[in-house]
Amino acid sequence: MKTAEPALNQSQKATRSRMGNRMKESITGWVFVGIAALLICIFFFYPMIQALILSFQTGKGMNLKFNGLDNYTRLFIDTTFIMAVKNTFIYLLFQVPLMVVLALFISVLLNDRNLKFKGFFRTAIFLPCITSLVAYSVVFKYLFAPDGLVNGMLLGLHVIGTPIQWITDPFWAKITIIIAITWRWTGYNMIFYLSGLQNIDSSIYEAARIDGASAVRQFFSITVPLLKPIILFTSITSTIGTLQLFDEVVNITKGGPGNATTTISQYIYNLSFKYSPDFGYAATVSYSIVIMVIILSFIQFKVAGERNG
Amino acid sequence: MAKTKITFTYLFLIVAAFVSIFPFFWMIVSATNLSVDVTQGRLLPGAHLMDNLAKLTSSVDIWTAMANSAKIAVSTTLLALLIASLAGYGFEIYRSKAKDIVFNILLLSMMIPFAALMVPLYRMFGKITNFISFIGIDTPAAVVIPTMTTAFLIFFFRQSTKMFPKDLLEAGRMDGLSELGLFFRIYMPTMKTTYAAAAIITFMASWNNYLWPLVVLQTPENQTIPLLISNLGSGYAPDYGVIMLAIVISTLPTALVFFLMQKHFVAGMVGSVK
Repeated sequence: MKTAEPALNQSQKATRSRMGNRMKESITGWVFVGIAALLICIFFFYPMIQALILSFQTGKGMNLKFNGLDNYTRLFIDTTFIMAVKNTFIYLLFQVPLMVVLALFISVLLNDRNLKFKGFFRTAIFLPCITSLVAYSVVFKYLFAPDGLVNGMLLGLHVIGTPIQWITDPFWAKITIIIAITWRWTGYNMIFYLSGLQNIDSSIYEAARIDGASAVRQFFSITVPLLKPIILFTSITSTIGTLQLFDEVVNITKGGPGNATTTISQYIYNLSFKYSPDFGYAATVSYSIVIMVIILSFIQFKVAGERNG
Repeated sequence: MAKTKITFTYLFLIVAAFVSIFPFFWMIVSATNLSVDVTQGRLLPGAHLMDNLAKLTSSVDIWTAMANSAKIAVSTTLLALLIASLAGYGFEIYRSKAKDIVFNILLLSMMIPFAALMVPLYRMFGKITNFISFIGIDTPAAVVIPTMTTAFLIFFFRQSTKMFPKDLLEAGRMDGLSELGLFFRIYMPTMKTTYAAAAIITFMASWNNYLWPLVVLQTPENQTIPLLISNLGSGYAPDYGVIMLAIVISTLPTALVFFLMQKHFVAGMVGSVK
């Protein structure tokens, strides 16, 4: 009896102080997350609203007035914008799948337990990721110059008879951009796939081998389905990255020849800071990327989801 | 059959590794050669490293650009780590329904392309310039402030905090540590590897950032290293040896970070998707 009473008191006290603590903890919690939340609102969400308002305005520099949907209808007859969208989608359709397949393939080869020099291969293929986008773009611009090393090698090996105009031909300039981006990002994606592969139980492959499944069959029935979340993640980040492509195009081809390699980001930059500043229309163009990011991410989720079910 | 497969594997990986490394080899070798040699396709190290360095430092102020980049990258990294880890810790340790909603809203900012923010941010900093000039247009602070908080890093810290042993916090409370004390004295030292990975990701991104500095930095004294490289590369009569040397110098800090902390680097990238 004597011991029961203080015990009750103690638990009551504990409950009370726990409630007090919870209040205190809750406030502390909000303070902890509050700084970051506030900064993200100021530097991401607020500018997004500003851009939305701007996208309905027109005028030079800081003198702006509303003009309804004119900016949006202008998009459909703006040949530079249409060209930029087209180019961006060409990069998306060819570069992202090429890189994903290549990275996946290399990861599967590297995941072989009996492979020698694994560390060397992995580090070497990942190495392009340490370069800045500007630095590697400049290197590629010179490697792919008309009298550059790539043409020199191809001519020397008699693969081609005349130098390819890697930078100044509208078709080849796009190829150069695609090669460059693939060089820079394949190793980056490979790391994600490698870590995913390490989580796959090797006994699954053993069982498949016993059942007589070929390497190709194993790849499509085991590796791809199990890596799907990671493939989806890398496809989305690559897509968002490609939609925002800027550094490479500016530093390799300057968007040329003509506008053959220009991207939406570069067009926004030119509209705002290169030509006489048209912030309103630039904001309209930027909203086109926002809409595309949302639509494409949604489609990728859907496609992956359906294949899953 | 098995033998051809092995041969193919090695052949393919050797080609992939060669293609990946070759541009590095070329830029390092070219940094030691004269421009004429580079255009003639010389692939052997030359004796003109010092000549190229003299030409480089006399034509552009690469050391100032390096210092500017270092200042911006280091301060961005320190601030980003503090802000994002406080938030990631807060969202996970003081978890509540309301906070989870806020967290998900913050994550949406990851979908916003920077090109859409560029113009409003530029105008924002244009206005700030009139009141507080040291964080306005053409200041290092204007580069740091909008880039120091990313939802990605908050997400990264929250994910890592899931592995953090929470008993340590109870023990700390028993010892009479304040809530802030728990964070600084217990959480931070325990999560060293997470901080290392986050630091590498942030430092590299900041060091290599191009578009926003291009918009907001205007005078040559303030330019960062990617701006300087870009200007050199777009010159009319490029001196290949000199430009390649500038690129090698600009890549050294990130290469150093990579080779010293390779383990954390990979852990950091992969941790972000788990």
